[in-house]
Amino acid sequence: MKFLRFILIVILLIPLSNINAEEADKRNKITKNLRCLICQGQSVYDSDSEFANSLKILVDKKLQEGLSEDQIYEYFKNKYGEWILYDPGLNKNTYILWLLPLLIFLIGGAIIYKRFIVKK
Amino acid sequence: MKNKILPFSVIIIFGVIFFIFYKGLEDSKIYTPAINTKKEIPIFNTKDFFSGENVKSSNIFELDKIYLLNIWSSWCVPCRQEHPFLMKINTDNKVNIIGMNYKDNLKNAENFLKELGNPYKEIFIDLDGTLAIEWGAYGVPESFLIHNNKIIKKYIGPLNQKLVDEINLFIK
Repeated sequence: MKFLRFILIVILLIPLSNINAEEADKRNKITKNLRCLICQGQSVYDSDSEFANSLKILVDKKLQEGLSEDQIYEYFKNKYGEWILYDPGLNKNTYILWLLPLLIFLIGGAIIYKRFIVKK
Repeated sequence: MKNKILPFSVIIIFGVIFFIFYKGLEDSKIYTPAINTKKEIPIFNTKDFFSGENVKSSNIFELDKIYLLNIWSSWCVPCRQEHPFLMKINTDNKVNIIGMNYKDNLKNAENFLKELGNPYKEIFIDLDGTLAIEWGAYGVPESFLIHNNKIIKKYIGPLNQKLVDEINLFIK
């Protein structure tokens, strides 16, 4: 009987924890993408500073208000500027950041092509 | 010929990298955002510090008046340092100082004010720190100079005599 009751509780808990987990996952994903501005080099997710903790609460609130991930990023960008995002968009300040790896990749590819493929 | 080019280019590349990194040492590693002047103040609802009643931001900040919003907390040591300056600004009485009590224990906050004086015209509370984020603040202490519901100037960290002089200039 005890065993049955245990099973029943587990079954009842499964959907509940799923819902919570989904929201927590989303919260974690967003906070990992936000920079903790007063502790340099840490994300909000990693940090336990007062600022980061408040930010986590606010992300939860915004999620409950039904804002999408992008809307939340936009909201924080408005408040604190582009720096708060770990994944900055492409604009005139960041184009080098985006194009440099591509450029290096192309140059590297060209060198490999010339040295190893053409020679053979 | 080829043997000479390689070490030479390696030295040049390292030289350039060294130069860039050396220059980078001089830059401040602490990021301070561009201070957005003329930004509208946020609209929010909160509770009054003394009465505990609900207050609206529109009732606190009127147009045509200059306000100094100060974010403070009793556990914050720099707040203790800047408090005499706030008292000084208050005795000059040209600006309304509004306090935002940040993540504080109300009893401790009251004792803080009893001990050091209360320069604030009104105080509202921010229990979980989310209001401070609405304002774009980083922590305590932080002060905003507000005119016509717009943020004219933002001071991160404790106020000092130099900043007080600057505030006085703005008020005049």
